[in-house]
Amino acid sequence: MAIYRYDSTFEGFLSCVFEYYEQKPASLSIVPNHHNALSIFDTKETIITDPIKAERVWKGLKQTGGAKTTTAIYRAFLSEKEGIENTLLSYIIKLFKHQTSIEDYTDFDVVQIRKTVKMVGREKHRMDAFVRFRETKDGIYFATVAPDFNVLPLISTHFKKRYADQKWLIYDLNRKYGIYYDLYTVETIELALASDINTPSKATIYFTEEELQYEALWQNYFKSTNIASRKNMRLHLQHVPKRYWKYLSEKRPS
Amino acid sequence: MNFDRIKEKLNILADAAKYDVSCSSSGSKRANKNKGLGDSSGMGICHSYTEDGRCVSLLKILLTNHCIFDCAYCVTRKSNDIKRAAFKVQEVVDLTINFYRRNYIEGLFLSSGIFKSPDYTMERLVAVAKKLREEENFNGYIHLKSIPGASDELMREAGLYADRLSVNIEIPTVSGLKLLAPDKKREDFIKPMLKVKNEIIQYKSEKKIIKSTPVYAPAGQSTQMIIGATGETDAQIMYTSAHFYKNFHMKRVYYSGYIPISYDDRLPSIGTEVPMLRENRLYQADWLLRFYGFDVKELLTKEHPNLDADIDPKLSWALRNLDKFPVNINKASKHVLARIPGVGMRSVHKIIHARKYRNLNWEHLKNIGIAMNRAKYFITCDSKDFETKDRTPGQLKSLIMQESASKFRKAYSNQLNLFDTQTPLVI
Repeated sequence: MAIYRYDSTFEGFLSCVFEYYEQKPASLSIVPNHHNALSIFDTKETIITDPIKAERVWKGLKQTGGAKTTTAIYRAFLSEKEGIENTLLSYIIKLFKHQTSIEDYTDFDVVQIRKTVKMVGREKHRMDAFVRFRETKDGIYFATVAPDFNVLPLISTHFKKRYADQKWLIYDLNRKYGIYYDLYTVETIELALASDINTPSKATIYFTEEELQYEALWQNYFKSTNIASRKNMRLHLQHVPKRYWKYLSEKRPS
Repeated sequence: MNFDRIKEKLNILADAAKYDVSCSSSGSKRANKNKGLGDSSGMGICHSYTEDGRCVSLLKILLTNHCIFDCAYCVTRKSNDIKRAAFKVQEVVDLTINFYRRNYIEGLFLSSGIFKSPDYTMERLVAVAKKLREEENFNGYIHLKSIPGASDELMREAGLYADRLSVNIEIPTVSGLKLLAPDKKREDFIKPMLKVKNEIIQYKSEKKIIKSTPVYAPAGQSTQMIIGATGETDAQIMYTSAHFYKNFHMKRVYYSGYIPISYDDRLPSIGTEVPMLRENRLYQADWLLRFYGFDVKELLTKEHPNLDADIDPKLSWALRNLDKFPVNINKASKHVLARIPGVGMRSVHKIIHARKYRNLNWEHLKNIGIAMNRAKYFITCDSKDFETKDRTPGQLKSLIMQESASKFRKAYSNQLNLFDTQTPLVI
């Protein structure tokens, strides 16, 4: 089996698709280059990301499948799920050959892609909801997140439209990059983040006095608005799984 | 800002506002303008969930819990011995803006006890909304309460700043209202509702001709009913809902299981369980009316005045109408597909797309995600293999219940008893 390794970017993946059509290997597996569990019998090849090739594949996908299809492919890719590249390739081959619609729910790959897209969409929506900004002493509204999937590229427009008049920065602790809005554009940045930035006892070093007061008000509000006689922890946990608690000031023990 | 004082007020006035169920922040079209703060053109967002599992989307507070009325079902009633407080207009504005900037909320839900007079109260609510929009260039979501008895002029102004307006009819029957809130009349609730409905119609038609016409309450109106406080039937509740959906173009009617807050002997006593299962069934019925094309007469009748507690209202309807089944998944219209138990509107949508490419079989349907445990008795598809046995509604029901694990299973026994032993009030 042929193995293509790539730099785990979306353009890199599209370059692999381009390469597939050049070489037409009988069977192929596309894996990110940090992936190492490969058999010695496979022919490994590292595919170099080529923006021009990627663009050609992207245009082809758009022409054949339309915007609905390309959005689904992009979102599924952001899941970073193991093997998602191969599911996407398998579907892309069918799309170019038989015009298989992304709404053909009888197709196995379509169902897989759709499920993944849904998971990514949910995570995106959760980030829209669970980001908690704290105003730093430099006047930047700052938040850290650690989403299950790589959703920062999907949330940037939402935050830009909404917080047009404040500087903000959302940082992904797992993937070690953030998006920063400087009142004009949103840029991707990498930071050397202080390790105690989320340590409650160190908060006064980084954040304003007013910030801590508002956080306390919010925690207070969260308690007052609960109806104790309707307590339903099962439902609560379903909506706010525990892995998100550490970023939610209202769920942090005060 | 004196944070300690604000904290105390916030505790009192959030606690008093929490019995209002509505927390929706969707349906508005207000986009960010002039690089101001906020945008409510997208879908609603629940920023958190309290331990009762309810969504926190808006900063939901009363302007004050001083009130001149004495409605038995309300915590804020005049005769209740509780701490009272009042926000200043600027305090509410500051809280809203600062919570919004931190991505805690989608906007503000502002209600109030009625102090001095309805107009005096409504004026203050409008002042908050106006300040947010005009001085702060705030484009987040604002939900204002229409105060029963407020003047038409104030209601017109309110809709120019708010995304949604609502007035709660609270008690589903006129007789129940008379018993629990003798100072209030149904007409007082209806008047602002009617005004808002007419303004929405008028502004919409003007906007078609003149593009620059401002939007008026773009997310429409809603209302709320308390469930289980006056011994009303489900039929009484749902027929009232249907009436409001039809005649007042309500976006939502909310159902709020009565939470005992008073020793008043006109009401269920303190310690009585909140009827959460019943509330859930009513919401299911509400969805059937709004999205599934059901008429209220199909779900509830004189012979059938209450929804079944142990099965959902669609299944219950299907069991009463077995002659309409089985349905052929590959042929049936959207309208008919929507009536199959275990098939939601999303599945209907998927089925319609997928069957364009080939006839669907059981495997396809499972992948699409329909609830087979219920659906399989009501459909045929591209397979020779399907339920052929003739069963009575009773047999089908017990078969389906055996195969499904409802989260409410535990609740059936005690809640059923509760309904049975609770003698309706004679009113």
